[in-house]
Amino acid sequence: MPLERSQLAESSAEPGQPQPYLWRMNFGPQHPAMHTTLRLILTLDGERIVDAVPDIGYLHCGFEKLGESLDYNQYVVVTDRMNYLSSPANNVAWHEAVERLLGIQPPRRCQYLRVIAAELARISDHLLCIGAMGLDTGAYTHFMYAFNPRERIYDIFEALCGARFTTSYTRVGGLCRDASPKAIQMIRDFCRDFPKVLRDIHLLMDRNRIFVDRTKGIGVLSKEEAINRGCSGPVARASGVTRDLRKDEPYLCYRDFDFQVCCATEGDCFARYRVRLAEMEESLKIIQQAIENLPSGPVNLDPGYRIVLPEKQAVYQTIEGLITHFEILMPNRGFRAPCEEIYVATEAPNGELGFYIVGQGNYVAYRARCRPPSFIHYGLMPHLIRGHMISDIVAVLGSLNIIAGELDR
Amino acid sequence: MELQGLIESLQRDFPSLSWSEFRGQVRAWVSRDRLFPLLKTLKEQHGFDMLADITCVDYLYYQEKKPARFGLVYVLTNTQTNQRLVVRTFLDEPDLVAPSATPLWEAANWLEREVWDMFGIRFAGHPDLRRILLPEDFASHPLRKDYPLQGLGERNNFPIIRRAES
Repeated sequence: MPLERSQLAESSAEPGQPQPYLWRMNFGPQHPAMHTTLRLILTLDGERIVDAVPDIGYLHCGFEKLGESLDYNQYVVVTDRMNYLSSPANNVAWHEAVERLLGIQPPRRCQYLRVIAAELARISDHLLCIGAMGLDTGAYTHFMYAFNPRERIYDIFEALCGARFTTSYTRVGGLCRDASPKAIQMIRDFCRDFPKVLRDIHLLMDRNRIFVDRTKGIGVLSKEEAINRGCSGPVARASGVTRDLRKDEPYLCYRDFDFQVCCATEGDCFARYRVRLAEMEESLKIIQQAIENLPSGPVNLDPGYRIVLPEKQAVYQTIEGLITHFEILMPNRGFRAPCEEIYVATEAPNGELGFYIVGQGNYVAYRARCRPPSFIHYGLMPHLIRGHMISDIVAVLGSLNIIAGELDR
Repeated sequence: MELQGLIESLQRDFPSLSWSEFRGQVRAWVSRDRLFPLLKTLKEQHGFDMLADITCVDYLYYQEKKPARFGLVYVLTNTQTNQRLVVRTFLDEPDLVAPSATPLWEAANWLEREVWDMFGIRFAGHPDLRRILLPEDFASHPLRKDYPLQGLGERNNFPIIRRAES
């Protein structure tokens, strides 16, 4: 395979000819304002953007190919690396899809704990998004205010599953471990303190002249465009699409909780910021309801299903436990997924995170397609920034919250 | 309208249409030449206004016999009634061309580019069918089942730049 110069790299000027009126400029992939490895090739009229061509794939790691050789429990480690700001939400999405394929449902306590982890991840993701958006548009203090509670969310993840960043929290039919009383107390403390942070952010940002001037009316997306371009999550809801998979296609135990879908109608960067802030309040409400009504009982599916490994105590002290343990782990005896295909989507912090899984009668997926929200949203970039100034790119990019790990997989 | 009833009413116009259901999800199979008219009808007359996903499955080593090697998957969503419909079509070598859905949904643009990149299926009428995730000079389509997990040695072609040269 010969390496050739990319067409995209060529300048619009012919050699020896005078520079044409429109300039070509590279934005990224290594640029401090392009948070991850994203690249835009801009055509500029002075400082105004005439056209933009996104060039992605700098972080492509072949996650979907890996999903065809790792089993349903092992692949959860790879889903951590997709949207690494909110890994529990990806874990939940993956195992929700696998469990739907297998036709099982985890116990109530597991569902509640998954909801808590996913909603904490949503808060963490939104905090980073609006924090970095403020950082890019000249509100540095706000960034620090947003990062403090994220640290506490990481502490909670550490108490829940032992890892702070790449959590791998879920298993097929259960969780890697039950929540300890200390972790539950930490979540309660977080729920008590977090409203103050939200209040601070509102005070810092809502009437911040620079921030509002740089985000209001920038990157406007209409409702029809949002639906036609496949947007989901806060980006679509900021444009007036009242679609939230937690309400519209309830999964886990979201039916039990009282919360609202947050929408705006303006569709600009400021509306996306407001929707994210409002969603954090709703997530907090869900966590509070879930932690106060946390059911007792087992966190994993009954060992009789031969899906979840039995407790270590049972493995060491009872013959049935030992047999079950080995039967699940032996390659020809473990649980089997049917030869069927299913698309399951969940509401991840960025939008609709879907998995299309093809089972092949054993414990490895034949195809593990991931439908990442960032991929769809980055396709919007040229549409949103056309006609704006170069400095508006970072505001639009911050409001879309593109995560390259998820974009390129 | 229930999805099963909708598909049965569509079968008058689309005789090749068949459907199945798995865990509440309805899948409709259609032949390739009727794919675009079906998508157009579903979008314009039955309110499936959002295209959630386009993907492809390579059935080369699949246990069950399938009518062709590649199966395209379109996940359509109705944002008013929150119904989902999965539209499937089969493609076989050497004629790996499908009609592009970009005239109907702008979202199809990048999704079809990804299918071309990973599976080598061309979309007729696509405005900008380039590779999207892999480099432009990449020769194979890695999500096909005959592409090995270790790759075909593409990484050895990159020049190694020492610190002094950089």
